[in-house]
Amino acid sequence: MSGNLRTLSQKVWDSHIVHEEPGAPSLLYIDLHLVHEVTSPQAFQGLRERGLKVRRPYLTIATTDHSTPTTDRTLPIVDPIAAKQVKQLEQNCRDFGITCYDLRSSHQGIVHVIGPELGLTQPGATVVCGDSHTATHGAFGALAFGIGTSEVENVLATQCLLQRPSKTFRVLVNGALKPGVSAKDIILALIARIGIGGATATVVEYAGSAIRALDMEGRMTVCNMSIEAGARAGMVAPDDTTFQYLNGRYFAPKGAAWDASVARWRKLPTDDGAKFDREITIDADVLEPMITFGTNPGMGVPIGGAIPDPSQVADPLERDSLVKALAYMGLEGGKPVLGHAVNVVFIGSCTNSRISDLRAAAGVLKGRKVNPNVRVMVVPGSMEVKRQAEAEGLPDVFRAAGCDWREPGCSMCIAMNGDQLQPGQYSVSTSNRNFEGRQGKGGRTFLASPLTAAASALTGVVTDVRTLL
Amino acid sequence: MKPFTPFESRLVPFGANNIDTDQIIPARFLKTTSREGLDRQLFYDWRYDAQGNPKPDFILNTPRGLGAQILLAGDNFGCGSSREHAPWALTQFGFRAVISTSFADIFKGNALKNSLLPIVVPHAVHAKLFALPEEAKIRVDLASQTITLPDGERVEFPVDPFSKTCLLEGVDELGWILKQSPAISAFESGHPGTLNTLA
Repeated sequence: MSGNLRTLSQKVWDSHIVHEEPGAPSLLYIDLHLVHEVTSPQAFQGLRERGLKVRRPYLTIATTDHSTPTTDRTLPIVDPIAAKQVKQLEQNCRDFGITCYDLRSSHQGIVHVIGPELGLTQPGATVVCGDSHTATHGAFGALAFGIGTSEVENVLATQCLLQRPSKTFRVLVNGALKPGVSAKDIILALIARIGIGGATATVVEYAGSAIRALDMEGRMTVCNMSIEAGARAGMVAPDDTTFQYLNGRYFAPKGAAWDASVARWRKLPTDDGAKFDREITIDADVLEPMITFGTNPGMGVPIGGAIPDPSQVADPLERDSLVKALAYMGLEGGKPVLGHAVNVVFIGSCTNSRISDLRAAAGVLKGRKVNPNVRVMVVPGSMEVKRQAEAEGLPDVFRAAGCDWREPGCSMCIAMNGDQLQPGQYSVSTSNRNFEGRQGKGGRTFLASPLTAAASALTGVVTDVRTLL
Repeated sequence: MKPFTPFESRLVPFGANNIDTDQIIPARFLKTTSREGLDRQLFYDWRYDAQGNPKPDFILNTPRGLGAQILLAGDNFGCGSSREHAPWALTQFGFRAVISTSFADIFKGNALKNSLLPIVVPHAVHAKLFALPEEAKIRVDLASQTITLPDGERVEFPVDPFSKTCLLEGVDELGWILKQSPAISAFESGHPGTLNTLA
């Protein structure tokens, strides 16, 4: 009978197969397509060239987030190329009949923040977007993955994608997180352990008591960075926490449809005894706040830990990569990152810009002043997050501490909009990538949690938040 | 797309693992609404200094980097963002294949859709390729799924059969998916959803 036991991801996969034939990948139906300005213009252009329409405009939603300024919305976009790209998305959405939450919309925000908060992201659904952090939506038990622009065009035209099934990989996070340790530290610890390619071509299911104990925003943070280990997607089985989060949200089912949906969603969790291709266990009890030292998200250590010494690395390509990373970062093997001076602290991105992230940062900053040598940017993930933060008085806390409170968008996570590091500057950032130049040419990024970022903002050096709690 | 034909080329070796798409083409160049004109932006921050002058020691700025059609890279090439601008920039520069021990998933899919062949070889072959002299040429034949080294050694590589057919015939996936329209309609009738983003 074990052949009938299925994992969460297999159940979602099976229920979306449109067509299968020998020699071809499976044709998979897509329930929700999220679109933004950067990876879509060439796809709409492709539709025009072929004379095609969008097959299901009502399963598609667009917003502008990557190229958009986080300054005063009443002013025009200064960068003419970015302005053209944003206008192009608005025009494409008008031409093809798609809802677009543009910069004037009260729903605008980072695509992976607004999907969940509007109730668009639902358990058991297939969700795609021309963005690798689409795995975020897997926190709801959706099968959600990033796609390229050709696939954006395919989904617009047919609402389907050709896909091969991925291997299954369960990450059990047992125990409970200690104070000062958060969802971000779970995922940074996982990637540090298995490496940046450690989950390539798999769908990861996060399970165990520490995952169950996370709220939806924490689960989103974990799933968000699945791609940083190479995973196709990351998922968490839906439970009462999921349903409570979704109930009453704008696009969530209502009334009898809600009850029927919850009954269906309760059947999604992985069957007891279902086999995964791979499984590892992480002990949450011993996790510490994590910090990265290098130029990919797998180059991370517990906050008091030493940077690896390249002379101890046997594999030549691996060693060269570490030497190159440390040269770029201006750091030495064998020494800690703790105590290193920082120039900028960035609190934001699709990883950590939700209301709970802002509350966590504000909790550390309240009644204190940031170090005068540090520029601190707080960028809410969406207009809705911004409104909620304002209702709770968080902007006052940030401003009183000396932080810059800005308009929603991807901002300095990807540095396409003018929010960027100067060459040589160091940041502690709550975002997801520390690649060379990611936050601005020559900029150097330490990835960490909102708590660690806030603590480092106060002291001006990389700081263990537990010393301030 | 043009049909993917066999070719012979020198290698451009990049001795680093985990080359991410932010290196292949930095994000600030993604504000374009076109898929053309990206060849100059390929590996921009490794290739040009702060004034926009070519860095003389970077391999793409040396004679070795000119005219070669095969990039040889370390593990997990193309990790990071889903930007299809990465294979667009690589092919516009002139690359037709990338050889590595492994590729990031989304990059691999994007490459195959743009006539850029991701070739996975075993570690021993990978090391041998890195040790080849500068002028050595490799032959790439997709139909037989082999590369041929200068000493005559033939090494097979895996390719998804569907992608292989698309590449050899020079067609993309969309035409095939559009032909499945009756199956898509049937699926939709059997799975009425509740979502309506236009509401």
